[in-house]
Amino acid sequence: MSDDWRGISRRYLTLRRLEVVAVAVVAAIVFAIFLNGWYRLWIAGALAAGVFGLVIVQRRFVAWGYAERADDLLVKRGVLFARLSVVPYGRMQFIDVTAGPFERLFRIATVRMHTAAAASDARIPGLESHEAARLRDRLAELGESQAAGI
Amino acid sequence: MTDGWQRLHPLTTLVRGGRGTIAIIVILIPSLLDGGSTSRTITLLVVVGVFFGQSFIRWLVTRWRIEGDDLQIETGLLGRRSLRYPLAQVQAIDIVRPGLARLFGVAELRLRMGGSSGGTARLAYLREAEVEPLRVQMLRLARGAEEHEEEIPAWLHETLLARVSTGRLIASIVITDVGIVAEAVLAGLIVAGVLAPNAKAGIFSGGAAWAIGVGTRIWRQFNQEYGLSVSEAPDGLHLRGGLVALTAETIRPGRVQAVRLLEPFFWRPLGWCRVEVDLAGKQKVEGEGRAQRGQLRALLPVGDRATAELIIERLMPDRPRELVAPPSRARWKSPLRYGKLAYGRTDTCVATRSGRLRRVTVWVRLEKAQSLRYVQGPLQRRLHVASLHVDVAGKTLHAIARDRDAAEARAEVDTLAELARAARRAA
Repeated sequence: MSDDWRGISRRYLTLRRLEVVAVAVVAAIVFAIFLNGWYRLWIAGALAAGVFGLVIVQRRFVAWGYAERADDLLVKRGVLFARLSVVPYGRMQFIDVTAGPFERLFRIATVRMHTAAAASDARIPGLESHEAARLRDRLAELGESQAAGI
Repeated sequence: MTDGWQRLHPLTTLVRGGRGTIAIIVILIPSLLDGGSTSRTITLLVVVGVFFGQSFIRWLVTRWRIEGDDLQIETGLLGRRSLRYPLAQVQAIDIVRPGLARLFGVAELRLRMGGSSGGTARLAYLREAEVEPLRVQMLRLARGAEEHEEEIPAWLHETLLARVSTGRLIASIVITDVGIVAEAVLAGLIVAGVLAPNAKAGIFSGGAAWAIGVGTRIWRQFNQEYGLSVSEAPDGLHLRGGLVALTAETIRPGRVQAVRLLEPFFWRPLGWCRVEVDLAGKQKVEGEGRAQRGQLRALLPVGDRATAELIIERLMPDRPRELVAPPSRARWKSPLRYGKLAYGRTDTCVATRSGRLRRVTVWVRLEKAQSLRYVQGPLQRRLHVASLHVDVAGKTLHAIARDRDAAEARAEVDTLAELARAARRAA
């Protein structure tokens, strides 16, 4: 199938990277202050974990994608556990858009689709604000025109 | 009373208040046995009085009538509420008779409404004799038929599909997983009591708490499934049964989200199985316990394969007949259950099977699919297999086809999405 896949904002990647770096640096500083003896090894370990984290964040960022098809929305994600969700527009009950303080700082938001099944998870993080708003309106519109009963 | 307004049965006060009273008495029995000081007795009486007073007032201010095609209920002393239920939207009318209500000869009428809100109207309680005619009358109005037709219309005729026998129900509970564990623990306790007579008190107090938990669970199941019968009628399957609390329920095919066939390990030599359905999940009915809410509804608590097939046939006539096993390399990922995994579909229905010890087959109608998911874990990637989920709006059930060939599963996601769309359109 030649679906028109879209990725998510690079600003999401930047945010995730900053989080990893911040955690690694804080851990390194804490080790440097509170440990003596083998502290250099611990600091090196914290930084190595940070680098590893950066790689993972990068790969997970690449794995995110979504495609708006004629009747349903596809969302794919995950590296270790690769997932692909198909949510028909007619099944969406409501859509919410959330943005935490850091996400707002980076002008990105998470769009989440809810269906009557608790197990459906269709979540797209790291959408640029205007794209999130566009997607929300489009999904709401499509959901309304294709709505089906439970 | 004018304009056809009617009160509920006066004994409602006793049944409603009686429930609370029983609970209070059970709680307070220990303190009463301790000598029963007057102040305690007075407190008890006051609390019981408040309970009865409250339910008496509630009875006094509640009235109902059938006006045109609507059922109207007015209730509330201070905040007066007027409820209007259009009978045309009624999906099913159930009759519920809890133990206490049966004692007083009254019954509750429960109207399950359609529409997205899916509310429930309750008329609790009415005289037992007038419930059935009222139900028929309402069903008639719901169909827009003439009100004064005398004989019972043809669409109310039903044919019995299955009825669980008491002996088999007891036997099946004795040899389920819960039952076997309970018996093993009980035997262990007795042996321990015989071997170490000194520790008897400790063993019994420890065992008692556990026994109450398991006992209630088994009792609830037995009470619900006792004498359960399923019959087929034009408006769906009719379910009747219960030991202390009697229920009569109609299950419209459209309410069924998923059907499950269970074949527990210990039942298999006997060829027994159990059929359960998962109904639309958003319905919270007042007066239905929390435990009941999360439960699947058993249509056939225990029965043989042929009977089960008969019932499943009514709910999923378009189900796939043949299920296909996953590729043999999936053995590395699911070594135990590999032999039991299977998946099949027709254009409108999906079936999956799993379970080494307790074999579970789940059927889901594609028109009910809320979303599809394709999941591939690290081990599955190595083996080029993936799992396919079909999510429905039920409480617990989903169809999960595990460890299918990855390429097949990926293609299947698209095919199923397409088929589900067609099925929704057709529905």
